[in-house]
Amino acid sequence: MKGEASLSGLDVAGSSARFRVAIVGSGNIGSDLLAKLQRSAAVEVVGVAGIDPDSDGLARARALGLTTTHEGLERLLELEPGIELVFDATSASAHPHHAQLLEQRGIRSVDLTPAALGPPVVPPVNLGDHLEAADVNLITCGAQATVPIVAAVSKVADVAYAETVSTIASHSAGPGTRENVDEFTFATARSLETVGGAARGKSFIILNPAEPPLLMRNTVYVEAPGVDREQAEQAVRAAVGEVARYVPGYRLASDRQFRDDVLTVFVEVEGAGDYLPAYAGNLDIMTSAAVRVAELYAGASTTA
Amino acid sequence: MTEPRVRILDTTLRDGSHAIAHRLTPENVRHVAAALDAAGVWAIAVGHGDGLGARSLQYGFGLHSDEELIAAAAEVVNRAKIATVLLPGIGTRSDLESVNAVGARICRVSTLCTEVDIAPQHLRLARELGMEPQSHVTMAHLLGPREFAEAAKIVSDAGSECIYIVDTAGALMPDDVRARISAMRDVLLDEVALGMHAHNNLSLAVANSLAAVQEGATVVDATLAGLGAGAGNCQTEAIVAVLERLGIETDVDLWALQDVADDYVRGTVMTRPQEVDRLTLSLGYAGVPSSYLLHAERGGERFGVDARDILVELGRRKAVIGQEDMILEIGAELAARREGPARGTGSMTQRSVT
Repeated sequence: MKGEASLSGLDVAGSSARFRVAIVGSGNIGSDLLAKLQRSAAVEVVGVAGIDPDSDGLARARALGLTTTHEGLERLLELEPGIELVFDATSASAHPHHAQLLEQRGIRSVDLTPAALGPPVVPPVNLGDHLEAADVNLITCGAQATVPIVAAVSKVADVAYAETVSTIASHSAGPGTRENVDEFTFATARSLETVGGAARGKSFIILNPAEPPLLMRNTVYVEAPGVDREQAEQAVRAAVGEVARYVPGYRLASDRQFRDDVLTVFVEVEGAGDYLPAYAGNLDIMTSAAVRVAELYAGASTTA
Repeated sequence: MTEPRVRILDTTLRDGSHAIAHRLTPENVRHVAAALDAAGVWAIAVGHGDGLGARSLQYGFGLHSDEELIAAAAEVVNRAKIATVLLPGIGTRSDLESVNAVGARICRVSTLCTEVDIAPQHLRLARELGMEPQSHVTMAHLLGPREFAEAAKIVSDAGSECIYIVDTAGALMPDDVRARISAMRDVLLDEVALGMHAHNNLSLAVANSLAAVQEGATVVDATLAGLGAGAGNCQTEAIVAVLERLGIETDVDLWALQDVADDYVRGTVMTRPQEVDRLTLSLGYAGVPSSYLLHAERGGERFGVDARDILVELGRRKAVIGQEDMILEIGAELAARREGPARGTGSMTQRSVT
């Protein structure tokens, strides 16, 4: 599986002609994504499309001098030719139409919805396998947080079973998550297998209403009979370091525990607080992963 | 025969599962379900304590799947309906389809009272499958009566036919129950039934269930011999005896319930008595889900710390249903603290951003 290591020769901030990108979806995720993309030297956001003319996201984009429209993606593509990649931060039901519009025009997409049309991608684990994909899917926040851990152990042992429990603050679970809890659990579970390398995966999500809101926590149980604990520890630490490069608030919480062939890893995710509050690490890891994909594509395309 | 004024939904074979680390066997199920059916209970809940899809490292695998256990009940039950519980985020649609195929007819979609908007997806699915969609609205002590009723309205609008106050931590008092039933009755249509699911951590399960009925609830979740999470549930035989004494018709055979409770549940299913003791009082006092009891005891043994300290810390961190992984972290941290400062890389308190 090719992760970012295969891209190690690429200069992410390479060419002077920056990768031209746009966002469809002007809600919380789209707005946080915009804030992060503004900081990226490798990409240039040229526009944001939404459907709500009064949305805060569109207002912010306008204030930044970007092209905006509340008439949807197709209108934005008319207004701004030359877009190379679009981030879809809308909904699972809207994404297929967006993906079709974009593919017809040879524009790439990164799907932050649960639509799961394109291949599932966790950047440090398998982006290298999908550099040519027209549309990649970022699965779920739970997958972004836990697949790297499972994949790390998979490098040093056969993982018979991986089980993850993602606990997020109620405040950071929006309608997209709440209406799609089932999709969240089985998409995450499937990715533990297809991307993480586990023979079998299972995932749970728990919402907690505590005040002050808690940071995203992920417990990852990895059953790997005969695993060398020291090798696993090194692999896990390295994986956490890789994710932390683009999600600075991603870190190990309590010490690893090991019993009966099961390694238990505790990870927490604190958001950067760009647009969403810092406790919404679950949403931050999605937008950070999206930016990471774009930057790596940008780097890849300068050497193409 | 007229409808009983209060329907008994016996959950010995689901909630009781928590008390025995989910180690129910099909034989246990056949014996108890047949007896309950013969005694005339309205419905029988069967399955893993944490619901569909919960067999896991996090919650325990138990011995048998929900499909096997529900199929066993279906073999022996003639009149009573078989009920299952699904916690969105743990159980999924395919889990519900599987148990529906082997005889489950009532689906209780269970969510925290603060998170009821994750329920509609599964309430709709239950209805599509031809099941009776109901709602377990849990950790009922987290919301005041009016907010609780608003939550009930949301699931009612999504199709729930019976809405239960679930006192997961056994933390409510009778007046708290009355206020919630009354508030729900004010905002819900008459045809939506109200139910009570009590836990006995403060020794109030039967009293709370009676209070609910007196205020308008028409369904009571109860278990034989009180077998269940924490100090246990409302004891089926006891609530039936109380209601009968008050002239409230339940249409069940009290003697038969007592016999299966004392002769079989106590002898063969229960592994230890249901007690109101320092651990279960801590659950009720600190507002911690009853399902954590055995996990906290095991954590105490594993890390060499006091289970009560684990439960109190769970309360301090405001743990809700499903966070058993937190016990592993708390156990390790308490053990490290006991051994001296500056050990381990873990955070000493649950991290949150203020």
